[in-house]
Amino acid sequence: MNLLTIAFKSIQQRWLPSFLTGLSVALGIALMIAVIILNGVVTNIFKQSGSGYDLVVGAKGSDLQLVLSTIYHIDNPIENLPWRFYKELSELPYVERAIPVNIGDTTEVGNFPIVGTTPQYFLVDYVPDKSFLIQGDGLRGTWDAVIGSQVARKNGWKVGSQFKMVHAGQADHVHDELFTVRGVIAPTGTPNDRTAFVHIDGFFALAGHDKPVDEAITREAKFYGETEAEVREFYKKDLEEIARHQHEEAGDHAHHHHHHDTPDIQKEVTSVLIVMKGEGYQAANATNLLQNKLKDGFQAQGANTVQVMDRLLTNLVGNVRYAFLYLTALIIAVSGIGIFVSIYNSMSDRKKEIAIMRALGARRQTVLSIIMLESVLLCVLGGLGGILLGHGLVYFASPIIEARSGLLIDPIAFDPLELAVIPGLILMAILVGLIPGLTAYRTDVAESL
Amino acid sequence: MSLELKQIRKSYREPGGGLLPILDIAEFAISQGEQAVLLGQSGGGKTTLLNVIAGITAPDEGHVIVDGINLTRLIEPARDRFRAERIGIVFQTFHLLPAFTALENVLLGMSFSGRPDRVFARQLLERVGLGKRLQHRPNQLSVGEQQRVSVARALANRPRLMLADEPTASVDLANQSNILSLLREGCREHNISLLLVTHSPEVSAQFERVENLQDFNRAGGAR
Repeated sequence: MNLLTIAFKSIQQRWLPSFLTGLSVALGIALMIAVIILNGVVTNIFKQSGSGYDLVVGAKGSDLQLVLSTIYHIDNPIENLPWRFYKELSELPYVERAIPVNIGDTTEVGNFPIVGTTPQYFLVDYVPDKSFLIQGDGLRGTWDAVIGSQVARKNGWKVGSQFKMVHAGQADHVHDELFTVRGVIAPTGTPNDRTAFVHIDGFFALAGHDKPVDEAITREAKFYGETEAEVREFYKKDLEEIARHQHEEAGDHAHHHHHHDTPDIQKEVTSVLIVMKGEGYQAANATNLLQNKLKDGFQAQGANTVQVMDRLLTNLVGNVRYAFLYLTALIIAVSGIGIFVSIYNSMSDRKKEIAIMRALGARRQTVLSIIMLESVLLCVLGGLGGILLGHGLVYFASPIIEARSGLLIDPIAFDPLELAVIPGLILMAILVGLIPGLTAYRTDVAESL
Repeated sequence: MSLELKQIRKSYREPGGGLLPILDIAEFAISQGEQAVLLGQSGGGKTTLLNVIAGITAPDEGHVIVDGINLTRLIEPARDRFRAERIGIVFQTFHLLPAFTALENVLLGMSFSGRPDRVFARQLLERVGLGKRLQHRPNQLSVGEQQRVSVARALANRPRLMLADEPTASVDLANQSNILSLLREGCREHNISLLLVTHSPEVSAQFERVENLQDFNRAGGAR
């Protein structure tokens, strides 16, 4: 009969207090596991979403605001960029793709953010090596829409459904135009799931989305540091076309409104997602080059999504997550104290048992080891139970969390940090078992028999 | 000699600070295989003497020599090991561990000597008539059965010296002679010396060698 069996027998004998103290460890560990896993998931979502792009280009301002509004749709857009600027970006020799993004509006039902973009949006991996899976077609025509999985589920929309959208921040300003759902995106675990994408042409065609010509000219002159005359010269053709349309419409009241493509001068984009040519070093170089070039200018900025989110995670979310981890560590420490109290209290009842073992020839170190092993057993068994419970919690909670928040959680997710749980518990058990163990060590055999 | 005591003195400190002499024994010996009874009143120092012989309590002075080894010269861990290997003890109140089955209680003593032998443990329990109660815990056994388990446990390491402290005091008359004969036969079979302390003249009457503790303990005892 080895010491482990003896320790286990002693736990068995006091099964109720042992079970309760083990349970308290298990609950603490379960909580910690759940926090570790959820924290990993949230971190991944923040880090990975938008990691498919090398750069997000938008108007000058906070890079965090630019990333949060463009990728996560959880902040207001800063300012708009002229369409001409987007086209210039897309023509840069080292740019593989430049994808225009327009945000600000929301769906009338469900209040989901609208993104006006081009079909190219869906050609880029949303996370490296993960491409969009769309059921149905993509964005083809002007009034086409593709919706995220959560939008589809919550609004009960499917391919063929039609919806209207609300103009940015104005609940009473519902656009008359109807968009038709042409595709539903399979869940991605990113903010794309709760977004409705509409074709950028349709977005521009909505009343109020084309900037008034004079205003557009003033804004663009300011953006490029040109005179208004220079801008007018640049858009000479567009301006002539606009004048012609206005003339036609003025003399043609009786006929219904003709739909024309929005002239470039009146188009704006909120931001542009950039994917560089090449990979690794080459792409990183190009990213730096463009970022620096934009820094020298005065109207736009390039934000590296991964860097910006890293900063946010480290400075803010990181601290919250540490606060959570400290909190659960505290819970586990409390359960450790529980084990201490339980074993320590039992020592007075067990003095006789210890004396019997010593009389039978057990050495002082042997009885010390038995008590320490008991503490280790309680902690490790509780810890293993906690790991199972924690994963069970995540397993059963993941579909609920996904339904409520759109966070995709791998039910069998494993975090390397978990590997530290058992050694950490053993350390705690040794600390906790030491004092009762020493009581056993010092037991006076003759007196206790 | 199986046991030799030489110039043993043991006192306890009283609450007032003075010393209360318990044992003062000039000489005492048992030869190998001998079975002796030590008769004494309660408080006469019987238990203290057994503790000193077993190496549980160190004497203030003198030598305890068991199986040729002077226990008083051994460091504590060596004394513990010696006790596990060569001394068997039967207590008045059995001292079985409640969480362990009969078989496990016997195996427990063997574990501390580093010689667990499941087959022999079983044989011993069968020998004391508990072959069908191996998996019973002490609270599932009668008082007499519990003491039989404790006899089996004491024999388990094939000791050279058996110490029995009032082994029949807690059992009924019917069980007394049974336990006594199991103990004596077991010792005889394995050539184990037996020192049994009791205050019962009925028990001592069954032994050839009967010593009265008061006759050779000059301190007179206090417990």
